[in-house]
This record gives sequence, structure tokens and C-alpha cells, in this order.
Amino acid sequence: MAALDPHAAVVAGASGAAPDVTAAPLTTADGRPLARALARSQARARRRAFLLVLPLLAFVIITFVIPIGQMLHRSMYNDGFAAHMPQVSAWFHENPPGTQPDETAFAALAADLKTAADDRTIGIVGTRINYDVPGTRSLFTSTGRKAKSGFQPPYQAALVEADPKWGDPQLWRAMRNASTAYTSNFYLAALDRTRDDQGKVVMAPERQQVYVMLFKRTLLLSLLITFTTFLLGFPIAHLLATLPARKSNLLMILVLLPFWTSLLVRTTAWMVLLQQQGVINDILVWLGIIDSNGRLQMIYNQMGTIIAMTHILLPFMILPLYSVMRTINPSYVRAARSLGATSWTAFRRVYFPLTLPGLGAGALLVFILAVGYYITPALVGGSTGQLISNMIAMHMTETLNWSMAAALAAILLGAVLVLYWIYDRLVGIDNLKLG
Amino acid sequence: MKKLLISTTALVVLAGAASAQDKVLNVLDWGGAYGESHKVAYNAPFEEKTGIKITVTDADNPATPIKAMVEAGNVTADVASVEYADAVRLCDEGALEQIDPAILAAGPGGEAAKDDFIEGAVTECFVATDVYSMVLAYDDTKFADAKPATPADFFDTAKFPGKRTMRKGAKFNLELALMADGVPAAEVYQVLGTPEGVDRAFKKLDSIKKDVIWWEAGAQPPQLLADGEVTMAYAFNGRIFNAAVGEGKPFKIIWDGQIYEMEGWVVPKGAPNKDNAMQYIAFTTEPPQLAKAAEQISYGPPRKSAAGLVGNIAGKDQPMGPHLPTDPANLSKGLSSNLDFWVDHDGELSERFNAWLAG
Repeated sequence: MAALDPHAAVVAGASGAAPDVTAAPLTTADGRPLARALARSQARARRRAFLLVLPLLAFVIITFVIPIGQMLHRSMYNDGFAAHMPQVSAWFHENPPGTQPDETAFAALAADLKTAADDRTIGIVGTRINYDVPGTRSLFTSTGRKAKSGFQPPYQAALVEADPKWGDPQLWRAMRNASTAYTSNFYLAALDRTRDDQGKVVMAPERQQVYVMLFKRTLLLSLLITFTTFLLGFPIAHLLATLPARKSNLLMILVLLPFWTSLLVRTTAWMVLLQQQGVINDILVWLGIIDSNGRLQMIYNQMGTIIAMTHILLPFMILPLYSVMRTINPSYVRAARSLGATSWTAFRRVYFPLTLPGLGAGALLVFILAVGYYITPALVGGSTGQLISNMIAMHMTETLNWSMAAALAAILLGAVLVLYWIYDRLVGIDNLKLG
Repeated sequence: MKKLLISTTALVVLAGAASAQDKVLNVLDWGGAYGESHKVAYNAPFEEKTGIKITVTDADNPATPIKAMVEAGNVTADVASVEYADAVRLCDEGALEQIDPAILAAGPGGEAAKDDFIEGAVTECFVATDVYSMVLAYDDTKFADAKPATPADFFDTAKFPGKRTMRKGAKFNLELALMADGVPAAEVYQVLGTPEGVDRAFKKLDSIKKDVIWWEAGAQPPQLLADGEVTMAYAFNGRIFNAAVGEGKPFKIIWDGQIYEMEGWVVPKGAPNKDNAMQYIAFTTEPPQLAKAAEQISYGPPRKSAAGLVGNIAGKDQPMGPHLPTDPANLSKGLSSNLDFWVDHDGELSERFNAWLAG
């Protein structure tokens, strides 16, 4: 038994007397236990492999994971008030909700206002409260200017005299809300909801509800665009895959050429084509199909967004489809036909199912890209073709309400992840073929 | 490959050495024709005079990178050109250095700089370089007989047919709507401060909603006019001026109802070359430089003494004066954008505007 063991030579203490293989550990030539040596050498290999992926891992963490984490954090964290108004924040923590602000509260407020005005952080404080009670930012900055010269007690009277708004219970509720840095208010606002006087979650006033509708529109338009890229891309991909090499190469260049052209150039080209005084309308008028007063409105509305985005995203559908179609053996369809299937049945039962991995990949790519698109809808979408990404951009660059932008982006990210999960259950991510 | 690596390293080291010298200044600007006017009127003469090397970086709105830089504690810009509203907002948030008005050049009569500047042009953290405005403009070839002349005409699609283009946003449009509805310029913000006033403005906008193409980039309105997509536009005066005078397009500006606002320099908090930035601000806001900038692009100088120094349009034989928002004749028909109103109500009205637009 021992003689047959290839490791017998190195088995320590392998005396002839009934060696107990399970009890006596195997060792290497230099006397170390074999299992440990093996683990060590494997660990070394793993470390080396890990070092190879380390640059990419670091890159992904630094440029992707951390920023997304920061964004998610920012969507529920805004210390604009809590950090710069410490005394009044402390008063809120000591006194339960519903407590009427007393003289101590106003004294704390006056002291904080003075400090914030001196440190020039009063704008941050005012901006934070302004999110919840519009029109109060200037209340903070103007009272801050007065506070620099100092208020005299009694502070309640002094502050209310400076501006009667300081007595407003709604303002005090908003300040209490903001006195903790973590808040769900941005998420509520991103879902068209707000808190009423009792702190209950209610719908925002109807004329300010916009985000839920835009989320729905974004998802619906993205689905529609995914579907149109499929309708247009499938035949082209098939043609590319079945034509002789020389012709298909030429066609491939036609597909890729716009892919290499700047996004803005392509979007602008669509403006030239689609606008009311544009090429297509001119041709239709010239042909007498429409008269000059009845020119079609094909851009600066939802239609413009759909057309331009379908064109821009088309290669993302064609390329995965093409790569899968090229590998489909044409004899399968021929076999189906020879067994009596009609061409439609052969397509439906044999060819189409074989293209599914490519279709799945293309659809996923197009959909995810479409959900986050914003330059094209901004330029050709008019008012009805705007997507949620345009709102995120507005909050990032115009209102500078980054917490709101982060909350909207987080909801969008969540929605896409949920859809991805559903997609995985329906199609199976393992079945995708990207190229 | 090795060679490449060595030369890149050398470059990086050189760049590091260059920024360690104090003869540099990083300017954050808007680019385009506006940035060009700064290059000609400010940067070239400043470099010549002081030997300080200027590096210009362009941004869509320099206020956004400033906020990001200061929050991240990595400030690379020394001076930036921002809109008045953003300057006040950033200043209140402590993101800007204070600017001592004493560094500014005195007026020609020896009066303090602050008195030579127009009201509000010099604040704690901001010194204005120019006044721009939102104006109504139309394609002259589209209206053969009567020409539009007032904000009310802009909303009258029966009398002046054709589509309009307006900036996608609440600011400017609500004021224009109220002026078109008969509210005198002086009372616009008072009316807009009440819920009824806001309703009234939106109701007026409703009347042309279906005829409006909304623009986002400043270059769009002249393009839409030129393409014949719209017959009237509500746009930045400099863009219309460039198309009309620079490219000879048949566009006319209506100064009645113009809404003007200032732009100018700010210094981000923690700017690496702060002293150079202050020197730059002092130099560029001297009347001759301001006047020269105004000759390049039709944005008015914010100093009273500079107005008289503005000569002909750069490269042309016509005076720039009448094309400026600050020309006395134009100024009297205009409305000064109310900053306090917009920092207070921007969020709320933007949301309502977007809901209105999408609905």
C-alpha cells in the first residue's frame, strides 16, 4: 500500500509498521506539511493573479465605486444646517418635537446666526432650509447681516422684529427636520412627495409633481427605443452576417461610421433633417404630399427624442446581433426547410431562438444607455421629450441642489437594478453574448 | 516605451515646477465669443504688462466647477467669470475669497471705484466685468408691414405669426410674461412674489406654449431664427448681435422689456495664486480694458466712465454703443434681474416650470 503511494518517499516517519496515512501528515522534501505547502504555493499564485487585476480593481473602486457611494450618501445626507447651526440643533435634540420655541431656542438661534454670518456659512444654512420652505434663503442671509452687529435679548422679540417669518411654525419644523444631517426628504421630493404639518408623507402640490411622471416616461421611451432599434437592427445584422465578405465589410463600415462620429454632430444632423424648415419637410412639400402650412413637427417633441436616440443607439443593437448571427450554421435553417417547415416556421422555431443571446445583450445595452441619456433629449426633445436625466443635470448645474440630483440618480439606479434582476430571471445573464 | 515614459515624467516634473513659480494665473472662463473678448481685451495686455502667464480653462458654467473644487479642497482656478446670482450664492456659502474694493482703479475724476461702477457691481466677493441681457429678437424678413416692438407682441401669435423660442427655465420667462401681461417693469418682482402673480405669469405663458421651441444652449436661438424654424426669439443679446452684425443676418433686437444681469470675476476660496488674481481683477476692470472688451462683444461695461470709451465694433465702422444693454436708451426700457428673488424661489419655480412644461 505504502509502495504504491507516489508520495511514500517523502512521508515522514513512514516506518514499515502499518503507516496510518490519515494520522501522519504528508510533508514535502524539506519537511513541511504538504497541505500547507500546497496552500502556500496556491496562495502565491492567487496573489500574483490578484496583483494583475489590482490596477483595474483600484481603477474601478476609485472612479466608480467610491463616487457612486458618495452620491448615494449625499442623497440622504446634507449637514448644511446641522453643521453650521450647532446650538439651535442641540436645542432641537434636547426638546421633543412639538415643543414651542422658547427664549433659549431663540437665543441659540441668534448666536448661531451670528457665527454663521461671521464665518460666511449662512448661505449654506439658508440654502438647506430653502429646499423645504421656499423663499427663506434670503431670510437667513439678511438676518445674518443684521446679526453681525449682534441682537440684544430678549432674542425672540428681536428676531421676530427683524423679520416676522422667524415666528413661523413651518420654518421651525423645517429647521428641526434639518437639525439632523440624515434625511429622507430628498427621496420624498424625488417621488413628488412632501411632509405635511404633522410630519406625515403626502403628495406634493399637483402643479409641482413632475418626477414620477418623468421616471415613467424615461422607462417607457427607453423600452420603445430598444424595440425600434431591434426592428431596424435585426434585418441589417442578418444581412451583414450572410452577405459575402466584401459586401458585408462595406455595409459594416456604414454601420460603424456614424458610431465613430461625435454624438453632437449626429444630433445636430437630425435637427437639420427633421425641423419644420428642414430637409424632410422641404421634400414632402416639394412632392406635394403636404402643403407648406402643414409642415410636420418631427423634432422638439417626443418624436425627435425617439428618432435621434434610435439612430444613435442602433449600433449597440446591431453589433451583438451580428456577432451571434455569424456563428449560426446556415444548414440548420436548410435542414428545417428540407424537413417541411415554411420559411416563417424555420425562422421562428430555428433561426430566431439562436439569435436570442445577441438580442438579449443588444437590448440590455441599448436600454441601459437610453435610460441615462441626456444630451440628445436636451437638444431635440423639446418639452415632451425630456427624460429624468435632464432633471438630474438641471439640479447638478443650475439649482446646485446636489442632494436632490443624487436622490433622483439613486432612484434611477435602483430602478435599473430591479429591471436588470427581472431581466436576469427572464433571459438569464449567462445566456448573453456581447460579441 | 521607456523613452515615452521618461519624457512624460519630465513633462510632469516641468509642469510641477512651472506651477510652483508665482508667475502664473489660472482663469476659469466661458469660452466662445465671450472668452475670446477676454483674451483680446484682458489676457494679452495683462501678460504683456506683468509677465504673468495666463492659462484659460473653459466651462459651461464656471460656477459649477468652483463649488466642486472648494468642496473637494482641491482648488486649481485662481479667478473665474461667473454670473452675478452665482457669485452671491457662492459668496454666502463661503466658497469665495473676499475682494478688497481698494485694489480697483479709481474713476477718472479720482472718485472711489465703487462710485464709478453701476449699482451692485462691486460686492464683497465679486467685481463686475460686463452687463448682458435677455432680449426679444425677430427675423426682419418675416414681418413685412408692422414690426413687433413690445413683449406683448411676442405673445401675440395672431398679429405676428410664427413659432417662438425661449430659454427652457423659469427665470426670465416669468418676468417677460408679466411684462407682456401689462405689469410695469418696476412692479414685476413684487407681483411675482405673490402666488397670484405666479399663476398670472404661467397663464400668460400658456397662451403661447404650443408655439414655443425651448432652447438650452445659447447658440440655439440664432440658429433657429436663421433656419426659419422660429420668427421671434427670446435670447442673450450678444448671440443675436453676433449673428446680426457679425454674420449679416436680418435679425432685429427689441430692447423694450430687456432683462439685464451682470457677470464678473470671483476668486475661489483657497486659490493658489490669489495675489496674481487680485492684480488681474484690478487690471481688467480699469475703464480702458472694460471698454475694449465691450467692443469685441455686445455686453456693456459696468463702469460709468467706461461707457464713453467704447468705440467702434471690432473690425467694423459702426459704433458699438447702441448695441449695448447699458446704452441709456436701452437701459431705460429694461428690467434689472432681481437676484434675491431668484435665489429664494429658483428651486420652487423651476419645479413648477418643469411640471408645467411636461404637463
